[in-house]
Amino acid sequence: MGVVEADMRAALDQPLLSVTGLTKRYGARIGCSDVSFDLFPGEVMGIVGESGSGKSTLLSCLAGHLVPDEGQVTYSGRDVLAMAETERRRLSRTEWAYVHQNPRDGLRMGVSAGGNVGERLMAVGARHYGEIRGAAADWLGRVEIAADRIDDRPSAFSGGMQQRLQIARNLVTGPRLVFMDEPTGGLDVSVQARLLDLLRGLVRDMGLSVIIVTHDLAVVRLLADRLMVMKGGRVVEQGLTDQVLDDPQDAYTQLLVSSVLQV
Amino acid sequence: MTDQAYNFAYLDEQTKRMIRRAILKGLAVPGYQVPFASREMPMPYGWGTGGVQVTAACLTPEDVLKVIDQGADDTTNAVSIRKFFQRTAGVRVTESTGEASVIQTRHRIPEAPLREGQILVYQVPIPEPLRFLEPREAETRKMHELEEYGLMHVKLYEDIARHGEIATSYAYPVKVEGRYVMDPSPIPKFDNPKLGDCPAIQLFGAGREQRIYAVPPYTQVVSLDFDDHPFVASKAPHDCDLCGADESYLDEVIIDDAGGRMFVCSDTDFCAGRQAAGHRGRLSPAEVV
Repeated sequence: MGVVEADMRAALDQPLLSVTGLTKRYGARIGCSDVSFDLFPGEVMGIVGESGSGKSTLLSCLAGHLVPDEGQVTYSGRDVLAMAETERRRLSRTEWAYVHQNPRDGLRMGVSAGGNVGERLMAVGARHYGEIRGAAADWLGRVEIAADRIDDRPSAFSGGMQQRLQIARNLVTGPRLVFMDEPTGGLDVSVQARLLDLLRGLVRDMGLSVIIVTHDLAVVRLLADRLMVMKGGRVVEQGLTDQVLDDPQDAYTQLLVSSVLQV
Repeated sequence: MTDQAYNFAYLDEQTKRMIRRAILKGLAVPGYQVPFASREMPMPYGWGTGGVQVTAACLTPEDVLKVIDQGADDTTNAVSIRKFFQRTAGVRVTESTGEASVIQTRHRIPEAPLREGQILVYQVPIPEPLRFLEPREAETRKMHELEEYGLMHVKLYEDIARHGEIATSYAYPVKVEGRYVMDPSPIPKFDNPKLGDCPAIQLFGAGREQRIYAVPPYTQVVSLDFDDHPFVASKAPHDCDLCGADESYLDEVIIDDAGGRMFVCSDTDFCAGRQAAGHRGRLSPAEVV
């Protein structure tokens, strides 16, 4: 084994994101409580649970949108919570990405599709119009949006297209860690399937680490390597996705799995 | 004649002191928007209440004041503000750019080069260059703080995508001393190159938005652009029809119902000066022999 290879192996052995004892309270109420996990490079972790179980709170704490009350978040050996805001915001537009459930939250609706994709490039210093436009066109192609829609505003797009545009906008700077909050929420089943297919391809091609929050077990079955089940702000079960879904141990997980409608 | 019922230049001394502190802070941090406690002025918002307060705080009895509105000395806004200070401060007024020590301007920089010792006061409607892209004030302040100016280029990108070139023709965003992105008030982008390395002090007052900012003399001011779409200071491709000037910013004036039009310098003092010096344009009246 060469030295470089050994280094790479060592890097893969290090967790990309490490969370210990993360707690967020809303006054007396619990948002999420004592959550710990490690996420390794290239790994996709799903977080499932019913509405109000603290999934989105957890994700917001991880992405730096909320400040947790207790706990530690370490990204690539750096303490995210102790980081200066400048640095965290730089991370969040270069190495991180955040896909909102509602594309309207993640897109600039008054700016063309090309401008939306180009924004992150311009935010990190791209100042060549031709190159920015080229990258935008390339990414629209990768998320299956026709090239002639590049100057249309997202408000003229369908829900599925808006969601794909949001994904393109987030991935254009080649992030390493992607947070996704219900990326398939509000889409009809066939559009969901295409989006999941697209996501699975992108995750594999780019070697992304992903934390995906959803209440749709089919989504995690398709995308996630590992699964965390939350209830009332606590993690009730975690493990390999297939293992958790096929042989649920916790009573709540059993209920969740058996609640899925069979067609 | 000074109206004795008012303090010199209308505002009371404490208010002027507060405004001067904001101006000094603005000069110390070029391009940074300093909040100040804007007062009600005896004119409507949008008529230059910010500029008037800054002018009032700068005036001394020895000053010579010039007021222009879109370059002209004789339009309503300019005339009423000039009269206001004649009455409340009793300062000398002039239409000549060279003679003036304080120039309050709405949306133009005079054509004649400014010199050291002069103060140019701009009236600013919306001081925040990022406002139309990001409506949240808390967020735009954070963006200034952290120098996150990518969004400004999104606006320019949209211009090129839609019009094939940067179509923003006024209030063109600039970066001051490599730090703050600033709205130069709605001056035409033709005037942008005059902002930088200017010997005069440039002060910007926004009354309704309660912000003052400044560009000290000889400051670097760069208009934002793309590498492959550089900034171009544009003007109408004509000569002035009254004085023949080809290097001044022009107003287009419709002169009949048959599509007739003329182009004249927007800076009336500059144009009158050239006419007095014997320069003639296409539509100048026939020479009286």
